[in-house]
Amino acid sequence: MKRRFPRTLWYGLVVVLAAPVLYLALFIRFPITRDVPWASLVMFGVGLGLLLHGLLHAYRHAATSRGKVVAPIALTFSLALTAFFCWTLLYQARQIPDSLGAPRVGQMAPDFTLPDQDGRPVSLAQLLTASPDAVAPAGAGAPADAVQKANGVVLVFYRGYW
Amino acid sequence: MRLVAVSVDPPEVSRDLRRKAGYTFTFLGDPKGDVIRSYDLLHPGAGPGGSDIARPAEFYVDGTGTVRWAFITPSYAIRATPQQMLAEIDAVAGGVNR
Repeated sequence: MKRRFPRTLWYGLVVVLAAPVLYLALFIRFPITRDVPWASLVMFGVGLGLLLHGLLHAYRHAATSRGKVVAPIALTFSLALTAFFCWTLLYQARQIPDSLGAPRVGQMAPDFTLPDQDGRPVSLAQLLTASPDAVAPAGAGAPADAVQKANGVVLVFYRGYW
Repeated sequence: MRLVAVSVDPPEVSRDLRRKAGYTFTFLGDPKGDVIRSYDLLHPGAGPGGSDIARPAEFYVDGTGTVRWAFITPSYAIRATPQQMLAEIDAVAGGVNR
């Protein structure tokens, strides 16, 4: 009889590989599966369980089953991927400053002047008083129907583009 | 209300990003990090090559310059979504004219 790899080995590997892919492609878009990545963790858990089942099967039924080498490799790789996912999202991504001195609700936002994407200096005060089209770059401004009375600014600080 | 992005990126990098991503809102560059530091949002050494960058944070500043809403995320993997931002700003600022 031809010896075969346990099916759970492949199913487990597919589920483990799909976990981070689905997180980046889908789960990250919804706060409920992003803020606590439980759906991804469930997938990792199920995948690792299947892999463990496959590994035990390969060893217990060595006469009819293959995978005594592949199964430990697949399981080790999957554990490493799971650990990396957890470390990145649950630890590393949270190693950011507390920013306790950031402006709080009710406080004045510190004014500043910075160059915009075309190198022209723009101040917060200017952004708060000018209508959006007044400081938009010439020729690339908002369409006429989007021109509106200024009523505040959403400031988005971000890590940068690289 | 208007959307304004702030980072350490110089204007040419933001120009490139705007063109590639099709963004039309204003990008402000703070390469020295002075403004980012004044908002206590500097993340020292976290950028490429150990450079200083801003940690993610979002604020709604009303027409008088007062902060009416803020989201200081505990993780860079978590940001305020546009829907969340609009709903929460609407709730505090009462039907902001978009």
